[in-house]
Amino acid sequence: MSVVTVQLGQCGNQIGHEVFNAICSDFHSTHGLCSKKENESYQEACKERFFSEEKTGVPVARAVLIDMEPKVISQTLSMAARSGCWKYDHQSHFCQKQGSGNNWANGYSVHGPRHKDAIMNLVQKEAEKCDRLSGFFTVMSMAGGTGSGMGAFVTQCLRDAFPASFILNQVVWPYGTGEVIVQNYNSVLTLSHLYQSSDALLVHENDAIHKICAQLMNIKQISFRDVNRVIAHQLGSVFQPTHTSEGAVRYSRNPLGDLMESLVPHPEFKMLGLRNIPQMSENSLAYSTFTWPGLIKHLRQMLIANAKMEEGINWQVRPPLSGLPVSQKCCLSRAPHFNTSIANLVILRGKDVQSVDVGGFRDAALYTSWLNPQDAFNVWKTPRAFNKYEKSAALVSNSQFLLKPLDDIVGKAWNMFASKAYVHQYTKFGIEEEDFLDCFTALEQVLSSYASL
Amino acid sequence: MTQSVVVQVGQCGNQIGCRFWDLALREHAAVNQKGIYDEALSSFFRNVDTRTDGDGIDIYKGKICSLKARALLIDMEEGVVNEILQGPLRDVFDSKQLITDVSGSGNNWAVGHKLYGCQYWENIVEKLRRTAEHCDCLQCFFVIHSMGGGTGSGLGTFVLNVLEDEFPEVYRFVTSVYPSGEDDVVTSPYNSVLAMKELNEHADCVLPIENESLFNIVSKIHQMTNSGKLGSTVKQNSLITSSAGGIRTDQAKPFDAMNNIVANLLLNLTSSARFEGSLNMDLNEISMNLVPFPQLHYLVSSLTPLYTLADVNVPSRRLDQMFSDAFSKDHQLIQADPKHSLYLACALLVRGNVQVSDLRRNIERLKPSLQFVSWNQEGWKTGLCSVPPVGHSHSLLALANNTCVKPTFMELKDRFMKLYKKKAHLHHYLHVDGMEQSCFSEAISSLTDLIEEYNQLDVSKGGPRTDPPRLKIAM
Repeated sequence: MSVVTVQLGQCGNQIGHEVFNAICSDFHSTHGLCSKKENESYQEACKERFFSEEKTGVPVARAVLIDMEPKVISQTLSMAARSGCWKYDHQSHFCQKQGSGNNWANGYSVHGPRHKDAIMNLVQKEAEKCDRLSGFFTVMSMAGGTGSGMGAFVTQCLRDAFPASFILNQVVWPYGTGEVIVQNYNSVLTLSHLYQSSDALLVHENDAIHKICAQLMNIKQISFRDVNRVIAHQLGSVFQPTHTSEGAVRYSRNPLGDLMESLVPHPEFKMLGLRNIPQMSENSLAYSTFTWPGLIKHLRQMLIANAKMEEGINWQVRPPLSGLPVSQKCCLSRAPHFNTSIANLVILRGKDVQSVDVGGFRDAALYTSWLNPQDAFNVWKTPRAFNKYEKSAALVSNSQFLLKPLDDIVGKAWNMFASKAYVHQYTKFGIEEEDFLDCFTALEQVLSSYASL
Repeated sequence: MTQSVVVQVGQCGNQIGCRFWDLALREHAAVNQKGIYDEALSSFFRNVDTRTDGDGIDIYKGKICSLKARALLIDMEEGVVNEILQGPLRDVFDSKQLITDVSGSGNNWAVGHKLYGCQYWENIVEKLRRTAEHCDCLQCFFVIHSMGGGTGSGLGTFVLNVLEDEFPEVYRFVTSVYPSGEDDVVTSPYNSVLAMKELNEHADCVLPIENESLFNIVSKIHQMTNSGKLGSTVKQNSLITSSAGGIRTDQAKPFDAMNNIVANLLLNLTSSARFEGSLNMDLNEISMNLVPFPQLHYLVSSLTPLYTLADVNVPSRRLDQMFSDAFSKDHQLIQADPKHSLYLACALLVRGNVQVSDLRRNIERLKPSLQFVSWNQEGWKTGLCSVPPVGHSHSLLALANNTCVKPTFMELKDRFMKLYKKKAHLHHYLHVDGMEQSCFSEAISSLTDLIEEYNQLDVSKGGPRTDPPRLKIAM
C-alpha cells in the first residue's frame, strides 16, 4: 500500500525533500546486511510505498507540494531533479505568489478555501496513482502561516474527502526562543484543529533536534539542512518497510494503519514522540559498534526519563513500584519525573534483530492503568539494516513526552492572549477571540488528559 | 513572487530614492550574472521592450532588455527630479512615472497636503493604478519622504491616504526622515506633527530615521577608513555608505553617504522576499510579527556591519560582534537606545553565510541584557537569507518595536508646543483652503495619545511578573 506525502509551507517542503532523500539513499544502500532476496523484497515494498514508476525509470515521489509563495518549491523541485536518483512530479505542486505572512488565519480562512479545489485535485491525482492507498503523511511546521494554517485546513479536507484513509501529521515545533513572534498563537490554533481531523500527530521539536546536531553529530555551524536531515533520518527509520509480526514473511502492507493500531487506542491521545538511536556523524559511525542490550536499555531509559537523545539521560528515574496506588496527578508545575505511557512501538532494524529481548518495555509499570500492557506495547523487527547503521532502534511513543512542551506553548500563548497583543492581525482574517478561546480549551483538555495518566 | 512599488516624495524622498535604485541595480548585477530577467529582479523592476511606443511591453522572461523601476517620483519643485532624469539613472525611469510642479511647497505641510493634494489627486491615482497594473501580485508600497518639509511631509502623507483608499490590501511601509533639533526649517515641528497623525492612522509600518544618527554613522566610518590603521584593508564597496560599483560615476553629493544607509536599509528589508534562504522572511511577516497593536507600528532599525575588512576569514567572534553591534545605540538609525528601553518585539534578518546555530547562540547571549514586555518574553522573529549584500559575506538588519522611540516623539511634541503656544507662523497654514485650527489640535492629540501608549508600556517594565491564570478544565 502506498503513502501520499503532502508537504506544506517552507518547513514542510524542505523536510519532505530530505525525507525522500533519506529513503532513496537507504533504498540504494549496499550495507543492508541481509540476503539478496530480503533486500529485493525491501526495495520492492519501499518503492511501492513512496514512489510511482515513470517511463524514464527515475522514481517519482508520491508527493504533493504546497506553498503560498514560489521560492521554496522551485528550489525543492530542482534539487530533487538534480539528484538523479528520484524526483518529484513537476505537475504535482501548488503555489501562489504571496505567502501567508506567518498568519494562521490567513492560511486557514483565506488561502485554504480559495485554493481548496486546485489542491484537492492534485491530491486526488496522486491518490489515483496508488494501487492501494494506505493514507496521507503531511509535513508542516506549526509556527508559520502556510504549514500551520493551510496545513490545518488541508488536513480537514483530506479527512472529508478520504474518510477511510489514515492521516498522520508530522508537525515541527519551533525553537522555544522564537523563530516567529506569533508562533505560540499559530501553534495553539494548529494543534487544536489538527486534533479533530488527524489520526495522530508525530512531533519533532527544533530545540531537541538542534541538540542532537550539536552533541551527537558534532556539527559546528548547524544549518536548517542539518536539522532537517536528522528529522528525515528519524522518519525514515519509522516509515521504511518493516515486518510487523514475529515470523512474518512479507513486509507490512499497511504502514499507517499498523502505526495507528499500535499507538492510538483512544482519540483523546494523539500526540506521538519519536526517538531514534544510535545517531551520530558518518565519520564516527565507521568506528562504532553497538550491542542490542545496550541500545534497548538506553532506549527504555530515554522513554522513562523523557530524554530527547541518548546523551544526558537521567538514570535516577525509575518506574513506580507496581501494586502501590498511583500517585497524585502529575503536577504540571513540577518537572514530571517519570514518563507514563499509553502505548509504545519499538522498531528494530539490522543485524541479529530476531534475538533481541525487549521485555523491559512490557513492564506494566511503564503504562497507564487502563490499558493491558500486552496491548500497549508492540515491536517490529526487520533484518534489513537502515541507512548504514548496522543496528538501529526507533521508539514511537504515545506518552507524556510532549506534556511539558505543550504546556509551555499553551502558557506563553495564553499570556500573550491575555494582553490581546496581535489579536487584531487574526480578526482581520476572520479568526475571532471566541475561536481562540475554543482552541485554548481544547488544548487544556488534552493537557489534562495526558497529565492524569 | 510579489512586487513592490516605491513612491518617493519631495526632495529628501527623491534623493534617498535615487540612491536606492542605484544600489538595487548594483545588488542585482552582482547576483544575476547571466543577465536573465528573473523573479528577484521583477520585485522592483519591469523588463520592458522599449522599441515600441507608449508604455513599453513588459517582457516577463528571458534576457534583460530594459529595466524600469517600479516607482513614482513626486516633487513640487523640479530640481531634484530633473537631476535624476539627466543623470545616469535616467533610463530606469520614464516620464509617465513623474509628477512635478515648479514652485515647491514652501516648507508648508498644508500646501503639500491640502493644496497640491487636491490639485494632483487624479493624476496620482491614475499613475499609481498604472504602476499597479504592471504588477502581477503587488504586495507593498514603500513611501520615502521627510517629515520636516512641505512636499515630502504634506503631499507624501496625502499619497499615503490615497494608497489606503485605492489599494487597501497592499501594505504601506513608510520610511520617514525626522528633523533634528537644529533643523533650519523653523516650521518643521508643525509639519512633522501634522504628518505624524497621518502615519499613525494610515501606515502599516513606519521606519523613522534621524539625520543625526546617519551623520554619526558616516563620521564613524570616515574615522575608521582614514585612521590609517584599518584604512587600507576595508573593502570600499562594503561600506554601508558607499556608492562604489553603482551606476553613478560623477561627483558624490554631500548627502549621498547618509542616503546610502537608508537605501541599504530598504534593500536588506526586502532581501529575503527577493532571494532564497533557509528561513524566509517576507514583508507581510514583518508587519504581522512586529505590530502587536495597530497604533504601535514604529520600528527602530539598525544595520551591521558598517563595513567589511578585506581579509576573507571571518571568525565567529566577528560574527558575534555583528550581533552585539546591532543592539548598540551607535548603530540605530534614530537617536535611541533600545537596550535601556522596553522591547515589544524584535526581528533579525540575517544575510549571507550565517546558519541557524549562529543565530540561536547570539540570541541566547544577548537576551539577558534586553528587556522584553511581559507578554512577549521570547518574542524574536528571525530570517535567514542566503544572498549577502554587495561587498559583505554576511550582514544583519535588526528591527525593533521598542519604547525607545518615545523620546523622539516627545521632543517633537515639545518643539511643536513651543511654536503653537505663541501661534507662530500659524497663519501661513490656516490660509490654505481646507486647513483649520482643528487640524492642529487633532494632530497634537494623536501624538499625545501615542506617547501615552508607550508610557503605559514603560510603566509595566521591570514590574513583578504575574502570569494570568490558566483555564481550568472540569474532568
